[in-house]
Amino acid sequence: MSDFTSRFWEIYIAVLSVVSIVACAVLLKAQTIKRPKGTKLETTGHVWDEDLREWNNPLPKWWVWLFYITVVFGLAYVLLYPGLGLYAGAFGWTSTGQYEAEVARTEERIGPIYAKFTAQEIQAVAADPAARAIGQNLYLNYCAQCHATDARGSRGFPNLADGDWLWGGDPEAMRTSIASGRNGVMPPFGAALGAEGTKDVAHYVMSLSGMAADSIRVARGRGKFAENCAVCHGPEGKGNQQLGAPNLTDKTWLYGAGEPTIIETITNGRNNVMPAWQERLGDAKIHLLTAYIWGLSNRGGTGQAQGTHLVAEGK
Amino acid sequence: MGTATETYNYKVVRQFAIMTVAWGIVGMLVGVIIATQLIFPDLTQGIAWLSYGRLRPLHTNAVIFAFGGSALFATSYYVVQRTSQVRLFAGPLAAFTFWGWQAVIVLAAITLPLGLNTSHEYAELEWPIDVLITLVWVAYAIVFFGTIGTRRVPHIYVANWFFGAFILTVALLHVVNSVQIPVGWWKSYYVYAGVQDAMVQWWYGHNAVGFFLTAGFLGMMYYFVPKQAGRPVYSYRLSVVHFWALIFTYMWAGPHHLHYTALPDWTQSLGMIFSLILLAPSWGGMINGIMTLSGAWHKLRTDPLLKFMIVSLSFYGMSTFEGPMMSIKTVNALSHYTDWTIGHVHSGALGWVGMISIGCVYYLIPRMFGRTEMHSVGLVTLHFWVATIGIVLYIAAMWIAGVTQGLMWRAVNPDGTLTYTFVESTKASMPFYWIRLGGGLLYLSGMLIMAYNVWKTVAGHKATDAPIPAYAQAHA
Repeated sequence: MSDFTSRFWEIYIAVLSVVSIVACAVLLKAQTIKRPKGTKLETTGHVWDEDLREWNNPLPKWWVWLFYITVVFGLAYVLLYPGLGLYAGAFGWTSTGQYEAEVARTEERIGPIYAKFTAQEIQAVAADPAARAIGQNLYLNYCAQCHATDARGSRGFPNLADGDWLWGGDPEAMRTSIASGRNGVMPPFGAALGAEGTKDVAHYVMSLSGMAADSIRVARGRGKFAENCAVCHGPEGKGNQQLGAPNLTDKTWLYGAGEPTIIETITNGRNNVMPAWQERLGDAKIHLLTAYIWGLSNRGGTGQAQGTHLVAEGK
Repeated sequence: MGTATETYNYKVVRQFAIMTVAWGIVGMLVGVIIATQLIFPDLTQGIAWLSYGRLRPLHTNAVIFAFGGSALFATSYYVVQRTSQVRLFAGPLAAFTFWGWQAVIVLAAITLPLGLNTSHEYAELEWPIDVLITLVWVAYAIVFFGTIGTRRVPHIYVANWFFGAFILTVALLHVVNSVQIPVGWWKSYYVYAGVQDAMVQWWYGHNAVGFFLTAGFLGMMYYFVPKQAGRPVYSYRLSVVHFWALIFTYMWAGPHHLHYTALPDWTQSLGMIFSLILLAPSWGGMINGIMTLSGAWHKLRTDPLLKFMIVSLSFYGMSTFEGPMMSIKTVNALSHYTDWTIGHVHSGALGWVGMISIGCVYYLIPRMFGRTEMHSVGLVTLHFWVATIGIVLYIAAMWIAGVTQGLMWRAVNPDGTLTYTFVESTKASMPFYWIRLGGGLLYLSGMLIMAYNVWKTVAGHKATDAPIPAYAQAHA
């Protein structure tokens, strides 16, 4: 798309620009005078507020030259670079072109590094220290903002190092999570269950992972769970990775354990988004990132990100 | 012709001069608070109206428009009367500009913490306040140009050219940049969209620097430096050339705030070259100010007011050199979005605008109360050193932090990944945030010393208006 609605504006602004730059030089030339040798320095003769006067010193020479140099530089610049309407400039430079050239150069340079790993299985990549170093860099720059530098996540952001997976822990499922993103939706049940019903279900859910719960509510909640929740979370509450429905029988809680949080989740539902990275990172980087994250819970099984060079702050 | 009983209107000058000190303390205190928040993000415990995002525009508005604005009103009203040798035109309108401007500031101090913000930087105030600003500004223009129009001196003094350009241009900038469609009392939308909106914003933003913070304060400089030095202005011709060149080229420089964005390349180029051409016109003012002292350098040793003014001009020279350099695309690629920009702004704001304003207020206050100098000249000298050390710490810290950030953000590993995460650059900046806080605290302490000194100068002394002398046609 052109920057101008008509040819007129293009010429208008280009002419105005050149005239303006030249006008600076003209002003300067017109005002450059020399004090004839031997004449005394005098004031202009005007007086304000009793004693304010002005010397009639000429323009300092070095200053005049500084001014001329910037004017000449300005004119040269708009001949070499875009600056006058749609005239591209002698160098044909564009900011988009500069960006694309830089990206192309980088791709060319790093292509072979990634090509070596993209040909390998995730397990093999995860075992390679060089690949892990790249994966960690990618993780710290793109993932750590939400999932934390130690990959243990925080409220609403899954722990990636504990071996528990909402959408599946095999390499292919992880790759899909990173590349296409995920949208984990739990619908609200507050209206359907009512306050008491919600509390009953909450206690039943608490009982599934062995938390202390009111046995009467657990008994009442069991049926309501089967009617409303089991379709996604399964009859035993073990979840469904096809839907991203969490396992409710383990002790892993995305939004935190405890009755109030569980009631809040059932009442209002949840809507959790993991953004898609395919466009931004591309296949090769996602491959290394997948291997790195897979490795966090599958290699050595320490459940901790390896060698994060950031010191955990604060907490 | 002036009679012995006719006096200059000092009342409005007095009011604005006192409020310059008051708003200076408020604005700089908020600055210190937000500088602390950058070290301790949880400082204000998540209270929304004390959050960084709401206090930051309060800080900029308070320093630029409350402190700087009051200083400009005070000095321009003083200078235009005395160099025109006539009482201020339309006294009641001048009083309206004082109370109207104070109302604008108070409304800003209420609405900004409430989160009412138009999103245009340095023009965050919602439309009802914009309307009030416009009314005050029109009144200001009538008072100022009315005084020029009724002057008893044939020529218009150079300081008034700069004040006049500042008043006219700020009116234009404010009106164009504030074209909004209100959808309620405290909510409006700009008529501009996308890159046009960004361009209007920075056309305004950069010229706010150029005309509010440069031309206006050059007006101050052109009166108070030769007055205090007791020497003629160095070169009349230089003032003519740099005046016209400055007000002309500043108008073009705004796009340098939008390098490497969606703004068309040709616009970015023009912004860059006019910023470079702006270097010499900017320096014209510095040369004229500093060279005015030639033959009177010894006065610098003993006169703290001249110290303030000359150091102010030095910072002016430094930041008007730094600005064009930062507008070069290659340099900007490193400096943009880093604390270098913050350092640059404060070398202008604390160094140039702050120091010249403080010097001029020290000149005005005793004269407003029938005295010849401040209560304690020693305290003025102390203020000078505290403020100067504060600025140097502030700017040096931000330079180092800024360049560090720029270098860390662009560092790339051989595998094409970024060498440093963003949080690492934040960690690296922390020591410099502490130094910056120290510098800010020093500058604020200087203002408190000033407030004490002003209080001691004013207390027990009657407000005095000087008589207007008859204009003598002795010189021609």
